[in-house]
Amino acid sequence: MTKTIIECNDVNFRYEHSTVLENISLDVKEGEFWALIGPNGSGKSTLINIILGLLKADKGTVKLFGQNVDSFKQRERIGYVSQKSNSFNSGFPATVLEVVKSGLTRKVGLFKGFSKHDEQKALDSLRIVKMEDFASKNIGELSGGQQQRVFIARALVGEPDLLIMDEPTVGIDQKNVASFYSMLNELNGEHGIAILLVTHEIDLVTELATHVACLNRSIHFHGMQSDYKKMNDTDISLWYGHPVRRVHQEQKGI
Amino acid sequence: MISALFTYEFLQNAFLSGLIIGVIAPLLGLFIVVRRLALIADALSHVALAGIAGSLFLSQSVLMFSALNPVYLGMASAVGGSLLIEKLRGAYKHFEELAIPIILSTGIGFGAIFISLAKGFGSDLVGYLFGSVSAVSRQDLWVVVIIAVVVVAFIRFFYKEMFALSFDKEYAKVSGINGKFIQIVFMIIVALVIGASMRIVGILLVSSLMTIPVAAAMQLAKSFKGALVYSIVIGELSVLIGLFSAFHLDIAPGGTIVITSIIILLLVLGWTKMKGKQPSKKAKEEFA
Repeated sequence: MTKTIIECNDVNFRYEHSTVLENISLDVKEGEFWALIGPNGSGKSTLINIILGLLKADKGTVKLFGQNVDSFKQRERIGYVSQKSNSFNSGFPATVLEVVKSGLTRKVGLFKGFSKHDEQKALDSLRIVKMEDFASKNIGELSGGQQQRVFIARALVGEPDLLIMDEPTVGIDQKNVASFYSMLNELNGEHGIAILLVTHEIDLVTELATHVACLNRSIHFHGMQSDYKKMNDTDISLWYGHPVRRVHQEQKGI
Repeated sequence: MISALFTYEFLQNAFLSGLIIGVIAPLLGLFIVVRRLALIADALSHVALAGIAGSLFLSQSVLMFSALNPVYLGMASAVGGSLLIEKLRGAYKHFEELAIPIILSTGIGFGAIFISLAKGFGSDLVGYLFGSVSAVSRQDLWVVVIIAVVVVAFIRFFYKEMFALSFDKEYAKVSGINGKFIQIVFMIIVALVIGASMRIVGILLVSSLMTIPVAAAMQLAKSFKGALVYSIVIGELSVLIGLFSAFHLDIAPGGTIVITSIIILLLVLGWTKMKGKQPSKKAKEEFA
């Protein structure tokens, strides 16, 4: 039986003056690829932060791998990739290999340094994202798309069961976005890693994801990708609060 | 200076303390700079000034304090300052940098009060402000040695956590690294190093030994480990050249050490600029 790895049950959250999330219930199971879509300010990043334990829900519960998020200790089972612009200073003196190895920090444990085996793991992880030739390069010398691949390698190095990504393609050009998503598809299909991806690119990602959740303060739709595709654009526009027209990939030539 | 080094204990103390500080100040400095906290060292050194001035004042007026080494109170107040900075950064989550000028001004304020109350301290205080080759006692040297052991042990055991926290705080938090505990220990250690370095470099210049070698190293290094090694090498060079010049010119070593590090920084900047202007081999081939 497939296990549930994320369980959000009736989650509510409000910032000082406004309610951001209302009655959110969402389950992500092993091996699933979820696309979490919604307009700006719909609460997508807030929900991700609650799932990761960075924010605390006002009401409701979040469980990761069956444990309450507050007491969840097996953090190495989760790989996380944030929006590139938020996460690091491009002038930081670090090589790609150093950055990827840092993904093993928790797994290696306190008071210990990285071993040769850890270095090999980091190189293997870079190979998965096709960045092994850049291991000794300074992270700031890479393009936005290459940096995001490195951050995925960092998230993968601990061999997680779940990959959570918050708009990882912000600031990446369109050509690289397509190859980035096909890599995610490979990670999910071939390596069996469950993925929860927050994105704006509804056309591209909903073709790849196995499941889709539409969020705008509350969840308006969640289910299989095939069911999402059957929805008409008018309904989706209503949830978004502005007109939305989905373009199929065949039309885009991808 | 070499023959004098074997003859005079005070010179040995200054030289050995300088060599140790040349390693530990830039070692911590790299983590301070990459976390954009360069001004914290300045704030803490000014809090240390308040402690030193307070101790010198008390030694004049209370008999019990006359035998107390002012460095201890300086260190204690720097540690207190580091904890207060952390507390204030928590209180002003969106303006964390506000904590630094608040603590810096508090340090200067108390320092000025104690100096005024004591009607000045003469050469004693000047030694603490700008460093002194002759003021380092064997006891001061031992304090520096103990603090160096603590610093090296901390970096050895928490290197990977410190790197993860410095590179990407949010990711480190998500991966379950206890950033709060490590940050507090780190701040206390920074305060101790500032206290330990005061005798040689001086309160007003100690932060520069933590930041200028790092600024030069970051121009040269591609990797974090590389930046660490370059920072220490430049820190050591600055201390050695600075101490030799201070001894021969009979001036405060703080100034000579810092100016040496500034000269090295300028040379590095000039060299990297020249290197940047030179067409690469690939570009030359393409042009040909």
